[in-house]
Amino acid sequence: MNFIYFDNSATTKPHKEVIEEVADCMEKYYGNPSSIHKLGLDAEKKLKEARERVAGLIGAAAGEIYFTSGGSESNNMAILGVLSPGDHIIASQIEHPSVIMLLKALQKENYEVTYLDVDKNGIADTEQLKDSIKDNTRLVTIMHVNNEIGSIQPISRIASIIRDRNKRTKFHVDAVQALGKLPLNVKQLDVDMLSISAHKIHGPKGAGALYMKKGLVLKPLIFGGGQEGSLRSGTENLPSISGFGIAAQIAGTDMQGKADKVKELKAYFIKRLQEIDKVVINSLMDEMHIPNILNAAFEGVRGEVLLHALEDYGIYVSTGSACSSRNSKHSNYVLSAIGLKSSYLEGAVRFSFSYENTKEEIDTAIEALKKILPFLRRMRK
Amino acid sequence: MNKRVYMDHAATTYTKTEVLQTMMPFYTELFGNPSSVHQFGREVKKHIDTAREQIAKALGALPEEIYFTAGGSEADNWAIKGIAYANRKKGNHIITTKIEHPGLLESCKYLEKEGFEVTYLDVDEYGLVKPEDVERAIKENTILISVMYANNEIGTIQSIAEIAGLAKERKIYFHTDAVQAVGSIKIDVKEQNIDLLSLSAHKFYGPKGVGALYIRKGVKIISILHGGHQERGRRAGTENVPGIIGLGKAIEIAVNTMDENAARIKALRDKLIQGVMEKVPYTRLNGHPEKRLPGNTSFCFEFIEGESLLLNLDIKGIAGSSGSACSSGSLDPSHVLLAIGLSHEIAHGSLRLSLGDINTQEDIDYVLEVLPPIVDRLRQMSPLYERVKGGK
Repeated sequence: MNFIYFDNSATTKPHKEVIEEVADCMEKYYGNPSSIHKLGLDAEKKLKEARERVAGLIGAAAGEIYFTSGGSESNNMAILGVLSPGDHIIASQIEHPSVIMLLKALQKENYEVTYLDVDKNGIADTEQLKDSIKDNTRLVTIMHVNNEIGSIQPISRIASIIRDRNKRTKFHVDAVQALGKLPLNVKQLDVDMLSISAHKIHGPKGAGALYMKKGLVLKPLIFGGGQEGSLRSGTENLPSISGFGIAAQIAGTDMQGKADKVKELKAYFIKRLQEIDKVVINSLMDEMHIPNILNAAFEGVRGEVLLHALEDYGIYVSTGSACSSRNSKHSNYVLSAIGLKSSYLEGAVRFSFSYENTKEEIDTAIEALKKILPFLRRMRK
Repeated sequence: MNKRVYMDHAATTYTKTEVLQTMMPFYTELFGNPSSVHQFGREVKKHIDTAREQIAKALGALPEEIYFTAGGSEADNWAIKGIAYANRKKGNHIITTKIEHPGLLESCKYLEKEGFEVTYLDVDEYGLVKPEDVERAIKENTILISVMYANNEIGTIQSIAEIAGLAKERKIYFHTDAVQAVGSIKIDVKEQNIDLLSLSAHKFYGPKGVGALYIRKGVKIISILHGGHQERGRRAGTENVPGIIGLGKAIEIAVNTMDENAARIKALRDKLIQGVMEKVPYTRLNGHPEKRLPGNTSFCFEFIEGESLLLNLDIKGIAGSSGSACSSGSLDPSHVLLAIGLSHEIAHGSLRLSLGDINTQEDIDYVLEVLPPIVDRLRQMSPLYERVKGGK
């Protein structure tokens, strides 16, 4: 199969080493890590190794890592875990659906939520944050890197504002899109909780983690047998967790080199997009955006139509986040928040790269766009 | 190499090679996100739909009534909390039993703190819930009855259809934690009037990290995992695609081979029970003699600690469990064994050997050869045993 995969923010292709680890665990380490016989102990050892590997990637202690079924669960667990009725929560307008939808549900109950504005680059308004923190602000939840436009929030600055204003306020960061792309250190960033997911870093689906700073008390989302320090019950998904460990280890190796390679790809893509008219880049080539995401809006076309046309050329992209792509109601809240002109709003496409992509693939994509766009634009007139 | 006998299938099973092989393409070429609208996503989504159909067929449900979760505990949590919060206006009373899985019991305890009222029904000496006790416990404000299909520790199978029928008559939702039952015994959610049912793949030779909740169409329930539109907006998070595919395959195999497997495993189980009861004095069989899972054996050996027994068996290559794997790290005696009326001392000497499709007659012979002398040796260290033997 010959294809070009530019949808690495939706999900990534697992590394060969990851797949081998997953299969190996299923075949040889199938014991229940809670069992006290040898098979159980072997499995527990594997679990411990994975925990250390994942912790290593974000500068945490192994005991601060709690495995979950993925990023959405981690976000739900973190947010619901610290809140009590009457609490005030602050988030940005461009959070992932697993945060936004949860907060919307909480607003119907006895919770108050402030959504911070973002500027045209998709960066949250820190002045507004300062003014919004109140006595009952229990939680600030901000994503590190946005999944649609790749904007990077100033996490440590936000942390210091929070610490300065209210000692009781906890800070949670959804770092699903940042993991493996930016060097992450939970201690330096000064966060209380941080969500990550395996399948965005060439790991398996169905595994994620929540970093929780030592000493923090959380109410579990899933009660039961007491696994994961009683914070997340359920037999551990050892094959996927162990695969996550391997993926974390690989992601942590030569991160700068991989970032440089992706940066080159994005710069090249942007340069070649200049050959096409009426394009707006929503994720510029600067320190405010990660190089892995290139969100471009084309005037006079519908993103979804363009997506399918590119698909005919074997090029796979996305219109927004995969999570909301089947739900048009919500698909544009991020681009609206950065103030994208309405004539471009529905023509946005997200190209998301892995360091395994090449310049040749970009050339192919540009040639395809040059053939597709005039045709589609003519049809709309 | 030492002989190795795995008799802890109730804790987890190995993943069948066929299941693993079915999963592998979803790690390699079919790695797309099912929510993506392009080919990579659409194709994967089709396979997820197939898995949903496989599960629905196995349970007598409709595909749109199956919701994937990360496992049995999540499914139990969802069922209990989801029903409780969605139906709070109708009432705040829940009926369950004293022998449920921790995933369920702990959810109930949490709800009690949140203002719900929970009745924990007693069970008889075999671990059976009496339908008349259920009936007596029902009140005006009862919104949910949850009774596990088959117990994870002692294997007792409940009269599910009868209890569910009572719930239906009173328009109360009925949930069953069928994690231990699915794949081992025949279930039909429509015939048995089950409204919600939890299952987990790794108990029937499927992968870990995936389970499902059956929710009958029309049941009022809220989500416990918010976010994307996955699972028809009811359970957010990128689907664990390989896991879901593995779950579908595993349940299909389990159902297709259920009759012959159950008969074979049951025969082995009965030989093991008979052998242990004959060879080891002062032993009690826990659970019901007939209404029990095909693979379950559970014993209490007087005068010994289950933990020492387990370690000694492990040295001989036999993997068993003292109770449920979830609580095996704890020193408290099993809540299930206490509920069937055992004293703390006796409950401490428990051993669960749960059989599966890899076990053979040879395994049974080996256990029957190795187990009695270990029990005897451990008892020699017990002053109490000496006194009993001495007839005092």
